[in-house]
Amino acid sequence: MEELNGKKLVIGVIGADVHAVGIRILDYAFRGAGFEVTNLGVMVSQEEFIGAAVETNADAIIVSSLYGHGELDCRGLREKCDEAGLTGILLYVGGNIVVGKQDFEDVEKRFRAMGFDRVFPPGTSPEEAIQMLNQDLEVE
Amino acid sequence: MRPVLLIDFGSTYTKATAVDLDQEVILGTSPAFTTSDSDIGEGLTHALDRLCEKTGVLDYTARLACSSAAGGLRMMVSGLVPELTAQAAKLAALGAGAKICRVFSHGLSRRDLEEIQADPPDIFLLTGGTDGGNRECIIGNAEKLATLTVRFPIILAGNRNAVDDCEDFLSEFPVTLCPNVMPHFGELDIEPVQREIRKLFLSRIVSARGLSKTQELLSGILMPTPSAILSAMVLLAGGTDREPGLGDLMAIDVGGATTDVYSIGWGEPDDINIILKGFEEPYAKRTVEGDIGVRYSAQGIVNETGLSQIACQAEVTEDQVQALLLELTCDKSLVARKCGDAIGRLDDALAAGAVDIATRRHAGTLSEVYTVTGVVPVQTGKNLRRIRRIILTGGPLIHADDPLAIARRALFSDSCPMSLRPLHAEILMDSQYILSAMGVLAEREPDVALRIMKKELVRLGECRATDGDRRVAGPNIK
Ligand code: B12
Repeated sequence: MEELNGKKLVIGVIGADVHAVGIRILDYAFRGAGFEVTNLGVMVSQEEFIGAAVETNADAIIVSSLYGHGELDCRGLREKCDEAGLTGILLYVGGNIVVGKQDFEDVEKRFRAMGFDRVFPPGTSPEEAIQMLNQDLEVE
Repeated sequence: MRPVLLIDFGSTYTKATAVDLDQEVILGTSPAFTTSDSDIGEGLTHALDRLCEKTGVLDYTARLACSSAAGGLRMMVSGLVPELTAQAAKLAALGAGAKICRVFSHGLSRRDLEEIQADPPDIFLLTGGTDGGNRECIIGNAEKLATLTVRFPIILAGNRNAVDDCEDFLSEFPVTLCPNVMPHFGELDIEPVQREIRKLFLSRIVSARGLSKTQELLSGILMPTPSAILSAMVLLAGGTDREPGLGDLMAIDVGGATTDVYSIGWGEPDDINIILKGFEEPYAKRTVEGDIGVRYSAQGIVNETGLSQIACQAEVTEDQVQALLLELTCDKSLVARKCGDAIGRLDDALAAGAVDIATRRHAGTLSEVYTVTGVVPVQTGKNLRRIRRIILTGGPLIHADDPLAIARRALFSDSCPMSLRPLHAEILMDSQYILSAMGVLAEREPDVALRIMKKELVRLGECRATDGDRRVAGPNIK
């Protein structure tokens, strides 16, 4: 494993989503890039994301959603983070976050309005996410 | 003959049990003798006199004891997130036999501090943050505790990157450092804390409780009573290298003020399609319901079960229940009552309610999450469905008219189908109240303690959640 970069991530697949493969790959890739990862697996509630981020003092919460209900599941996460004292924590979301093929620009706008710092389209590679994390968390 | 004396100092009674290590039998037990908190020695003298009448004068090779006298081991615990480190801290303390007076999460408030100052605990367990995680909470709480003028032992078992700062603040307290109760998210490490609690109990609390007066008489006061019962259950379930155990099991101890439930087993999901949520609970788990008991806490049972249901089960009117409850809640003695009368029936109805509520709170739950593809089963907590033995202890169960019927309330029920309680189980009764004594003996002679339990626990029969029970006549296990 590479050297730790000192940044902590909480990752998981939100809602009633059972797609278990992608999150393992992300876990592996993020660890390889030096992040300390708390992987909550599948079917993760907003409360679990927040509880884990509070206890581990995470720098970012990475939400994955693949089954199409991401928009419903993600609503209110930013507000709950604020409530729990995780003010300003970095929030990412990606996977297949909405149903069917929708115009991604529009989707991105909606998720950003919900308080997500970055919104990734289907097929985003872990490397792209790592690059953004390094940038946003100022990993040199 | 190698006789050993085992003593259980309770808050309202002292009990003595004499065991012969050679024959592996109980030589005698004293009846539970009421004592006052102020003079523990007196209760012991009485208990020993009564025991001596039964066994004759014995030259004991060892005298061992457990105690829940003077309110038991009173602990307060604090953590960060209620469901995470605060819960981990609570599980640790309960498993060590403590009586938990408060669980704090997040930062301590001024009111919390006033409460601690007014009635300080025997031990405070300070936790919060995974290793490398949140530091502010535990350090802030350490700083606040340092402003108190009372002193008590503090076990520090939180984020390892914060404990140095905590220790600096708490220099005027007796502080013991332990590994984090939750080193990584969702991972428990509570045994080191439990060992430390036991050590503190021995070195500080026992002497503070007037128990040391009796100490010259003992070869050792070993542990808090609930911790002795938990040890006995771990031994009975797991066995030793030479003597097999009975496998996963549960024990239920209904008392006047509280109801304790123990489960020994990992409680894993029944099949791989079930998704497990929350952290892995301890193999040996103890829960205590402070609002559920058949005397002092009888109202708690009625509140949750419903007055009409209790009245119906006890075959009395609701008004009668209320009148009898007044009587019961004031009566601390738990005296055996006349079988079959109204108060006896009410007692049994309350005990059944206590068993139902306490096992429901102890067991894990299954929930069904509806997704587009259908239902996904999700388990939280321990799955006890496959547990096949339940041990009953405590006066209200031991003296019940029909303990098997009461025990059935610990099983799966249609009214609460998502609770992961056993489907069917063999019911064993601790009719001589030997569990705590065997837990104490287990420290020195585990094989003997295990064989005595197997001999002395009485088989009542097989309880089924669905189709009726099968009663057996034979007393012992195989
Ligand atoms: C296998 C699979 C299943 C299996 C899952 C088994 C399991 N336990 O893992 C089963 C059969 C259970 C299943 C069920 C369903 N599935 Co399905 N499933 C798939 C399938 C074929 C592959 C998923 C997979 O494992 N991919 C491999 C991994 C490595 O890729 P990945 O999951 O996409 O993750 C990568 C990236 O997306 C990215 N990523 C993911 N999250 C994030 C987050 C961030 C922040 C970033 C930067 C990147 C990122 O990184 C990951 C690693 O490279 C996909 C189709 C597909 N080819 O993608 C459909 C698919 C995801 N499923 C789909 C659907 C609709 C369903 C069901 C609703 C079907 C139904 N109606 O019955 C159910 C939902 C069940 C539930 N409650 O979750 C749709 C989703 C459509 C949408 N969102 O609009 C898909 C896309 C198929 C399709 N084209 O219609 N599915």
